[in-house]
Amino acid sequence: MKKLLIIAIGLLLPSIGWSAGGGPTYPNDKIEIDWNDKAAMQRGARTFVNYCMSCHSAAYSRFNRVGADLGIPDELVRENLIFTTDVNGEKTKVGELMKTTMTPEYAEQAFGIVPPDLSLIARSRGVNWLYNYLRGFYVDDSREGIGVNNGVFANVGMPHVMADLQGLQVPKYKTLTDSHGDEQEVIVGFEVLKPGSMTISEYDKTVYELVAFLDYLAEPYKQTRKNVGTGVLIFLFAFLILAYVLKREYWKDVH
Amino acid sequence: MSEKQTGTGFLGWIDARFPLTKMFEEHLSKYYAPKNFNFWYFFGSLALLVLVIQIVTGIFLTMHYKPDGDLAFASVEYIMRDVDWGWLLRYLHSTGASAFFIVVYLHMFRALIYGSYQKPRELIWIFGMFIFLCLMAEGFMGYLLPWGQMSYWGAQVIISLFGAIPWVGDELTLWIRGDFVISDATLNRFFALHVVAVPLVLLMLVVMHIIALHEVGSNNPDGVEIKKNKDENGIPLDGIPFHPYYTVKDIVGVVVFLILFSVVVFFAPEMGGYFLEYANFVPANQFKTPEHIAPVWYFTPYYAILRAIPDKLMGVIAMFASIGILFFLPWIDRGKVKSVRYRSGAFKLLLVILVVSFIGLGYLGALPATEGRTMFARLFTIGYFGFFVGLWWISKNEATKPVPERVR
Repeated sequence: MKKLLIIAIGLLLPSIGWSAGGGPTYPNDKIEIDWNDKAAMQRGARTFVNYCMSCHSAAYSRFNRVGADLGIPDELVRENLIFTTDVNGEKTKVGELMKTTMTPEYAEQAFGIVPPDLSLIARSRGVNWLYNYLRGFYVDDSREGIGVNNGVFANVGMPHVMADLQGLQVPKYKTLTDSHGDEQEVIVGFEVLKPGSMTISEYDKTVYELVAFLDYLAEPYKQTRKNVGTGVLIFLFAFLILAYVLKREYWKDVH
Repeated sequence: MSEKQTGTGFLGWIDARFPLTKMFEEHLSKYYAPKNFNFWYFFGSLALLVLVIQIVTGIFLTMHYKPDGDLAFASVEYIMRDVDWGWLLRYLHSTGASAFFIVVYLHMFRALIYGSYQKPRELIWIFGMFIFLCLMAEGFMGYLLPWGQMSYWGAQVIISLFGAIPWVGDELTLWIRGDFVISDATLNRFFALHVVAVPLVLLMLVVMHIIALHEVGSNNPDGVEIKKNKDENGIPLDGIPFHPYYTVKDIVGVVVFLILFSVVVFFAPEMGGYFLEYANFVPANQFKTPEHIAPVWYFTPYYAILRAIPDKLMGVIAMFASIGILFFLPWIDRGKVKSVRYRSGAFKLLLVILVVSFIGLGYLGALPATEGRTMFARLFTIGYFGFFVGLWWISKNEATKPVPERVR
């Protein structure tokens, strides 16, 4: 039986190697989000409202919930995180959903596509993808209007909104030959064309903090569920001992 | 009528009007189950537990969910963020769906290895198969409700399968969807079926499944009928009352299950994209097809069979046949010996082929098809159906080992 299983697994293994295609992307770094660093998430929230929310909404989330979860008092949320207005032209209330002021019609005209809501982007794309994407913009004059392309998301409709922070960069290419003998130009690095207001490591840190905030935004209860889960498991293990002892006691007379 | 039922007090008053004590005895305290149940016998009670979890969490989710194409996705996020403990309800329900299939697949495998579908338990098996069908319908329709990209396109792919049926195909898909594409109309009817119609049928079938079981009595890992050997009071010598013996034993099983279940619910609710697919965190968009559409893991074996067959109609037929053939298992197996313990090596080999094929198909069905993978999927499809053909073939004159008189 076991031999057969091993043979079957051996036959299956090569199939794992066949990739779904798509080609390599750059950059390709990995990050670990530190959920205990609320200060980083607060700074990420500030970057988010300043750089993302002009076009993107986070319409499943509320301003005051973000404040409560990240330890920002309502007063400070109003002053530092809310730059949008409601339908009456008044400043958005602190208990409102985080909608953008940009209308879908305007966005459609300006970018050809409505910028996606970002509430869940960290769950659908993953934090590594976001971290690389936001650091992957490079100068590409062939792209009319926005002048940039992206090493992670080719021909994306989004302009490089954080160019003043990161500056502008150009890609370094290398020619790769794949197993079929096809040649492909891939990006292997970036060179600074025009420095921004931040150094590379400062910008990386800013993007990390923004992604940390997006990770929080995608699942505000992530930390809570792990904490509750730990308690539940401790209870269940204790209960398991009792249940087992009870079963053993009853089954003593079964022979 | 025993003395007890004409008792006094509150219970006596009830018993004179409703057979409470009688039912309790018939199904629990005087239902004699074989004393040699092993690990595989936990999954029946666990399936019942998951059913209760699904119904209770489902009721609370229904209080906050909105079956409306414009509101559904946002209402799920509302549950995840603004409803107190809503995240827990939702994860319990989504993990419960997958857990249901894991438990039921293991429950069915138990029946397979110990011959629990054989005479006189054919109806138990058939009721069970109908329960399985209901579960698949529940899983399929429930998956549309979050109204994410994978909900939408998964349903699109599955419903379009019915279009392969000659003559009535297109009309049929139109009738199922209630629209030319999957839309608000589809969502509303799926919601009605998911929360009312199918659960009603499911509950009724579960009752029938248990009544049929208690009529003939439980099988056991030795495949011996314990009713053949009774003591002077008519109690099977190898039987023990279900309550308290198996209730206390099943509590242990329940706690172990809940530990594993909680690990997923609290620490990995997405289960690496298998229980909650990443693309389903993007709202349904009928103008944007995802790069790779994969059904949830519990449907992938059948989906792989569908894709393995080059012709669409034949693929659909093979897919439905892969489930339909299970209904006939009690008659495909012509053997007289129930338990794998006393069956031939050929039977054991067939079982291995079935398990490897089923898992292989499930694995392949979740991945985009390539030439090599399709070849393997065809191999496994042959293996899957080969089990039934082989079983029919070998079971007529099977070289079995002697079955003991009593359980060991």
